[in-house]
Amino acid sequence: MKPVLLIEFLRSCGAGELTKTEAQRYPWELLIRQSRRANLISRVALFLQEAGILDDIPAQPRQHFLNALRIAKANARATNWEVRDLYRILRGQNIDFILLKGSAYIWSENSASKGRLFSDVDIMVRESSLEDAERVLVHSGWMGSTLNGYDQRYYRQWMHEIPPLQHLKRQTTLDLHHSIIPPVSYPDFPAEKLWQQAIPAEDMPGLFMLSHIDMILHSAVHLFHEGEFDQGLRDLSDLDLMIREYILDGDLWEGLLLRAAELGLELPLYYALNYTQRVLATPVPEQILQKAARQRGRRHLPDGLLDLLFLAAFVPDHETCRVRGGKVARFLLFIRSHWIKMPWHLLFPHLVRKGWLRLRGENSH
Amino acid sequence: MLISDLDCNTLKTHLSGQGLRFRTGPFSVSLRATIPAIARHIAKLYPHSETLDNDAFIDFHITTHQVAGLRRWLKPQVVFSFDGYKPFKPLPLAQAAAAFEWGLNWCIASSSHQYLIIHSAVVEKDGQAVILPGSPGSGKSTLCAALIHRGWRLFSDEMALLSAADGMIHSVPRPVSLKNQSIEIIKAFTQEPVWGERIEGTTKGDIEHMCAPDSSVRQPPTAIHAKYLVFPHYQSGCLTEITPLSKGRASMNLIENAFNFNILGHQGFEMVSDLVDSLECYDFTYPDLKQALDGIEQITSAKP
Repeated sequence: MKPVLLIEFLRSCGAGELTKTEAQRYPWELLIRQSRRANLISRVALFLQEAGILDDIPAQPRQHFLNALRIAKANARATNWEVRDLYRILRGQNIDFILLKGSAYIWSENSASKGRLFSDVDIMVRESSLEDAERVLVHSGWMGSTLNGYDQRYYRQWMHEIPPLQHLKRQTTLDLHHSIIPPVSYPDFPAEKLWQQAIPAEDMPGLFMLSHIDMILHSAVHLFHEGEFDQGLRDLSDLDLMIREYILDGDLWEGLLLRAAELGLELPLYYALNYTQRVLATPVPEQILQKAARQRGRRHLPDGLLDLLFLAAFVPDHETCRVRGGKVARFLLFIRSHWIKMPWHLLFPHLVRKGWLRLRGENSH
Repeated sequence: MLISDLDCNTLKTHLSGQGLRFRTGPFSVSLRATIPAIARHIAKLYPHSETLDNDAFIDFHITTHQVAGLRRWLKPQVVFSFDGYKPFKPLPLAQAAAAFEWGLNWCIASSSHQYLIIHSAVVEKDGQAVILPGSPGSGKSTLCAALIHRGWRLFSDEMALLSAADGMIHSVPRPVSLKNQSIEIIKAFTQEPVWGERIEGTTKGDIEHMCAPDSSVRQPPTAIHAKYLVFPHYQSGCLTEITPLSKGRASMNLIENAFNFNILGHQGFEMVSDLVDSLECYDFTYPDLKQALDGIEQITSAKP
């Protein structure tokens, strides 16, 4: 595969070689364009700032990075505000909740929070509090979206979250989960085990983050099972950063493998380790990767085919670097995510219906 | 070199090839478009813009292409894309020029946070700049179009760029967008300007773009300290009223018209406070264009 500037840049960040960048001669415009497309421009800007080379960059490209830093700061400020507001609402009913994904990274200020941009806030409550949580949120201005009856049933029957809620005034979207993996694909996923190891937030009883290892596993499940590869490289970068922060430093590789086995998430963990290592040069020890490969169990598709699809999908969909078949790869991965999620007798009618709606140009979820 | 120096074929070759690279205000744009209406729009409405070399840094790489596939024949559409990102749903092909203008507005407003960006026209005369923020229907663009044919210089029709670095308003003199009845009003008012093609049935009604005068685009200064903040309100049949606004009220109204106040946060608040502190602020209600022009003259000349 041809080297992609943005990917090379992220690899050199990981290797700590950013300071060697020749700031006067680097192709900044290309990096800005690719990273903007991959929703990574704020992260790139933050890495440049941390490496102390932002000031050496010529004024015009530097301005784009400074603006991207402002966007990330505003994103973090708004997210934390929403979290405090959700806490106020849910705490009033004694409903515990765990922050997930972007909002958790931002709140805990971990490495994946660096320049992380996202639009939805994701939280998880215990399945037993789901109804109460939805009711009190709706009363507080978080309205159910205008999905039709079919989509409503689809979410409530098969998924690990209810249909997205949207705040009446702020238009923020909230995903309310009761698990991290759809019950239809993994019927008895032990979500209570996530609660057992969740980390309480400081001074806010009832608010939790997933444990560091579970955070990595959730990120892996999300990326490799949910099939949204539009921002695949950003999500892979999250994994790279968190593996370096949480696992590499403490040499917790065995713990990561054990926990994945305990939760039945060996397959997404293997993909996470394999592809962060191959795409972003995350320093995963060889024997760990082999062990992860051995324990991953049932595969859905041959490795060679998945390599083709994943490696194409991680390249940003930008005209300066996109690979042939990238769009097809993303589409097939989307189909794959549904295939591993649902049995055929459910999936087939679902896809036919969605395909038909898409042909007619209607919005679909 | 200016866009007006390019002959029609060269312009089209750039647009359909590597992109036409040009400057508008503080921004550099590379535009690719094979749609003939876009080429005509650029030739007519951006003649005074400076073209840029291949090694110049480009802020916004933009394409406006016709949507491919069956729709091309059944219901031709145009889609705007900024580095592959498509902020809007496709529009009917006849609205291609509007798609470009709105798209470029979007690029600026969503990424140029070195400025507080206020939905507003800005005009200047004798070193005195007036900020005219406008909610839809306020008559901001109509007033702006008339003023620039009465000796005022166009700084901006759609967005005031208040720089975080120097507290000055930076000029971005792009075509003035007029809607519905305003088009006839301004055509009756002046024969001078060059007009783009009429674009009918957009979400904002019928639109015509008026070319920004050469003097606005190419003469210094490109940045200025504003002196007046005037909130225009067109109201048919009313009496002209010029009401001084308190600093607090003026700040709140300004913030309501800012696109990226949320991004700038605390700094945005400080910028608005500093700006409003240095301005004379008015609410201005007027019944027709003549009264509007008289009112602006009254506001800006009655002072020592």
